[in-house]
Amino acid sequence: MKAAQVLQQFQATGVQTCFHGRHIEPQIYAGLDGTNWRLSDYVARGGYQALRRVLGQDGSEGLSQDQVIATVKESGLRGRGGAGFPTGLKWSFMPRQFPGQKHLVCNSDEGEPGTCKDRDILQFNPHIVIEGMIIAAYAMGISVGYNYIHGEIFQTYERFEEALEEARAAGFLGNNILGSNFSFQLHAAHGFGAYICGEETALLESLEGKKGQPRFKPPFPASFGLYGKPTTINNTETFAAVPWIIRHGGQAYLECGKPNNGGTKIFSVSGDVELPGNYEVPMGTPFSKLLELAGGVRKGRQLKAVIPGGSSSPVLPADIMMACTMDYDSISKAGSMLGSGAVIVMDDSRCMVKSLQRLSYFYMHESCGQCTPCREGTGWLWRMVDRIENGQGRPSDMDLLNTVADNIQGRTICALGDAAAMPVRAMLKHFRHEFEYHVEHKTCMVGAYV
Amino acid sequence: MISDATKARFAREVAKYPAEQAQSAVMACLAIVQQEQGYVSAESERVIAEYLGMAPMAVHEVTTFYNMYNQKPTGKFKLNVCTNLPCVLRDGGKALQHLEQRLGIPMGGTTADGVFTLQQSECLGACADSPVLLVNDRTMCSFMTHEKLDQLIDGLRASEEVSGAKQGGQS
Repeated sequence: MKAAQVLQQFQATGVQTCFHGRHIEPQIYAGLDGTNWRLSDYVARGGYQALRRVLGQDGSEGLSQDQVIATVKESGLRGRGGAGFPTGLKWSFMPRQFPGQKHLVCNSDEGEPGTCKDRDILQFNPHIVIEGMIIAAYAMGISVGYNYIHGEIFQTYERFEEALEEARAAGFLGNNILGSNFSFQLHAAHGFGAYICGEETALLESLEGKKGQPRFKPPFPASFGLYGKPTTINNTETFAAVPWIIRHGGQAYLECGKPNNGGTKIFSVSGDVELPGNYEVPMGTPFSKLLELAGGVRKGRQLKAVIPGGSSSPVLPADIMMACTMDYDSISKAGSMLGSGAVIVMDDSRCMVKSLQRLSYFYMHESCGQCTPCREGTGWLWRMVDRIENGQGRPSDMDLLNTVADNIQGRTICALGDAAAMPVRAMLKHFRHEFEYHVEHKTCMVGAYV
Repeated sequence: MISDATKARFAREVAKYPAEQAQSAVMACLAIVQQEQGYVSAESERVIAEYLGMAPMAVHEVTTFYNMYNQKPTGKFKLNVCTNLPCVLRDGGKALQHLEQRLGIPMGGTTADGVFTLQQSECLGACADSPVLLVNDRTMCSFMTHEKLDQLIDGLRASEEVSGAKQGGQS
C-alpha cells in the first residue's frame, strides 16, 4: 500500500466539525455534506446568484459600486478575523479612483489557537469565498486578488486551487466576468508555518516573498498595501458572508443578529466539551446555548473558565461567561474579546498556571523578533510562568508578570505583543489564587491535568 | 540541479504574480523543493534565488523564518503533533508522548532507520479535531487516538515507500 493510501484513512471528514446538523439558521455552512463543494453543487444551492445580481446578469439593472458598499454597511457585518471592524466602512476606505493597480486579499492564515472555522469553509464551500471576493473586488474596483491560506492546511489550499479552476472555466473569474466589462483575477497562495502572518501587514510581507514581519501602521493597507499599492484585506468568513447579504439584503442580515452585531457567526468550540466542532449561530446566541450545542462540558464536569475568542483573548471565569451572549459587544463588556470566535472551554480539572504556561510558550515561539518588548518580553513571561508551574516561583512573581505584560502591551508594532500580554493579565486577574497556591505549595491546586 | 518538471511547477507559481514580483513565489518554490527533496539545501536556495532573481540570502531568510521548512534532512515521514492549548486539553500532549514511546525517540528526533522524524508543533488550525498531526507538511491526520497512532505508524512502516527502499528499489 502506498503511504498516501495509509494516510487517507485518518483524514477528517467534516462530520464531527461541520455536518453535525447542530447549527442554528446557518448561512455559510448551510446544506453542506462534504461531497457537495464543487461549483455545480454551489450553483444548485443558489450560489453565484448574488454575483449575477450585482453585475446585472440576471435581468436586473445590476448594483452600482456604491450600492454594494451601502448594502454591506447596512448589514452591520464586522470583520470575522478578530478585530471586528465594520466591513462596509473598510471597503469605503479604498480609493476607488486610484489610477494604478489595487489588490484584494483574503486572510485565510487561520492560526489563532482554537480556530478552525475557515478551514471548513474553504474545504467544504470554497465557492462562497470566491463569490464574496468577486463582489468585493467589483465594489472597490479591484482587478487582482489573492487568498493567503494557512500552510498547515495544505489539502485545503489544493482544494481552493481546484475551485478557482472551476470558477475560471465557468467565466466567474477572469476577463469580462459573465459578459460584463468587469474583470478580476484571483489566485491562491500558502503560508508555511508562521502565526504572525495572520497579522495583515505580516501577511502582505509574506505574500511579497519575505519573512513575515509586520509593518508600521499608518500607512494602512488601504493606501500602502501589497507591493505598496492600495489593498483591502478581509477574513475568509467575512467574504463568505457577502453573497447572502447581497441576496437577502443588509437589513435581513442585521436582523438575524442583534444591533451592531449583524448576521451569523461561526464559533470553533474546542477543549473540554463532548462535541468539539464549528457551530454557526446568529450573533447574540447565549453562550449557554452554544455550550449545549457542543454537547456540554465533557464527562459531566463543571465549567471552570472559557477563552472566548482565540488564545489571545482574555480568559473569563465560568459565572461571567455563562451570563454572556456570543457577540462583539457582550463579550467586550465582560472584559474579553469575541476575536476569531474560537471558544476554548476548560473544566474544573484544569490548572490555570499550566494552561498559561503552554500559551506563553506559544507566543515566545511565534514572536517575529522585530520589536524588543515582544521578543524579550514573551520569553520573560514564559520563563516566569514556567518556574511557577515547576514549583520555583517567588511571591513577587505575580506582580512582576503584570509589570512585564504592561511593558509589552501597546509598545510593539503589531498586536502580537498585546496578544501575549492579555492572557497573562486576565489569568492573574481571575485566577491569582492558583498562582499563589503554586508558589506557596510548589504544586498544583487542582488534581491531575487530564 | 532542478529538473524541468520542477521548473514547470515553479513557473505555475510565478505566473500568479506580476512579472516584476516573481519573489512572491519563493514560499511556494521552497515548499515544492521540500516536497521533492525532503528538505531545503543551500544549493536549492541558490537555484531558487537565481530562478526568481533574488539574493540567495533573501531566500535563506524565508527558509529560516517559517517553521515548516526543513533546514536539514528528516526521516521519510515527518510527524508534527500539535500541542497547543486547545489540543493539550484533548490529549494532544499524550499523543506526542505515545509516539515518543512507540518510536523510541524524543521529540525532535529521528528513528535510527530514518523512517520517522517526530516534532512538536504549534497550532495547525484543526483544534476541534484534536489529537491532530501533520505528515510531511501536507496531510493532516485527525482524531488520533493511541490506537489510530499505532495504525498510522504500522501502516507507514509497511508502505511501499519504506519496504521498497529497504529492498534497494525506488518507491
